[in-house]
Amino acid sequence: MEPALYQYLLRLADSSLTMGQRLAEWCGHGPYLEEDVALTNVSLDLIGHAQMFYQIAVEVSGEHKTPDDLAFLRDAHEFRNPLLTELPKGDFAYTTLKQYFVDVFNLHLYQALSKSKHQPLAQAAKKALMEVKYHLTRSQAWCERLSLSTDEAKQRMQQAFDDLWFYTPELFETDEAMLQLADQGLIADYSVLQSYWQQQVSDLISKCQLVVPQSGWLATGGLQGEHSEHLGYMLAEMQFLQRAYPGCEW
Amino acid sequence: MNTEIDTSQLVVKIFEILESVKDPEIPVISIRELGILQQVKIAGATVKVGIIPTYSGCPAMFVITEDIINTLYNNGFNDVKVELLNEPVWNTEMISDSGKKAMKAYGIAPPLSFNEKIISCPQCGSTDTTCISQFGSTACKALYRCENCLEPFDYFKCHA
Repeated sequence: MEPALYQYLLRLADSSLTMGQRLAEWCGHGPYLEEDVALTNVSLDLIGHAQMFYQIAVEVSGEHKTPDDLAFLRDAHEFRNPLLTELPKGDFAYTTLKQYFVDVFNLHLYQALSKSKHQPLAQAAKKALMEVKYHLTRSQAWCERLSLSTDEAKQRMQQAFDDLWFYTPELFETDEAMLQLADQGLIADYSVLQSYWQQQVSDLISKCQLVVPQSGWLATGGLQGEHSEHLGYMLAEMQFLQRAYPGCEW
Repeated sequence: MNTEIDTSQLVVKIFEILESVKDPEIPVISIRELGILQQVKIAGATVKVGIIPTYSGCPAMFVITEDIINTLYNNGFNDVKVELLNEPVWNTEMISDSGKKAMKAYGIAPPLSFNEKIISCPQCGSTDTTCISQFGSTACKALYRCENCLEPFDYFKCHA
């Protein structure tokens, strides 16, 4: 058992799972059919990524658990995702911008992790990377389309930007254990990720003519298992079946 | 008796049998042509079949696993284990030429190769096509429209 690597894999998996679950909430509610299908396809990819990372976490832990145990039988304080990924889906602008922030992050993250010295993690990152490229193409195109469109679309994009911006630094938060893993070549150097991310996102901000908010509450806590109230409600819905009917399969 | 030769002949035979296992979403192309079927190994009385997923969240993997087990069972193999491999990482270059042809005849534009740029309509062959959505009926496909014959069609996305 390598506790640091295990916790890190949970952070990866929990982030993908919560993103995937929020996107799944759009099923049947997309702005039109093709977009409904696209949202849920991305959701499926993200849940697939979560499954890969949970699987590696199980192998690292050496415990007799399954990926499903980790997804469905842990409570909110055991989740390691940043607060950004658990936020409610909001309107389409909010979902789109949140997805864009996470897609850019995932692109650079998986590029770095595909060189991890932990071979299973490197393989999973390579696999996820191919899919994330498509996610980013889509979310970026939508950000530009909405920001440069009608007054209402612009206003909603700016509102989403104001609401989400101060949640993004938490994506790059590290702790002592993560720094050690990075030193060992097992995970990415998050300060490098952050500079790539800032560069790419600031290009989009200027292209979309969005105004960077000056002040707000700086989100933190996910790494320590301290979450917003939203995660508890999400888990209540997502985990209901396994809690009510333990071990249920179909 | 040389058991090694017997084993390799058996593996060839199992590959032939598994040719009848098609992708559940594109039933004209076998899992070997799609690159999902990677290996067959014989370990004592057990047949071990190694497969890789196209997309990491692909829900068809469960159906494919069952199809492999059922097909081999019907051919007299009772002890079959299907393993989901992490390597190699699937990409569209693994789709065979025969697979791409079958895909096109079925109405799905096959993935472009590295040197190709234009997606042509699988119905009329026109190169005047527009992307409607990056994500089509499944994660591996995008939705396009032909501006010549006006038919919508799926394009199997390039993953390399």
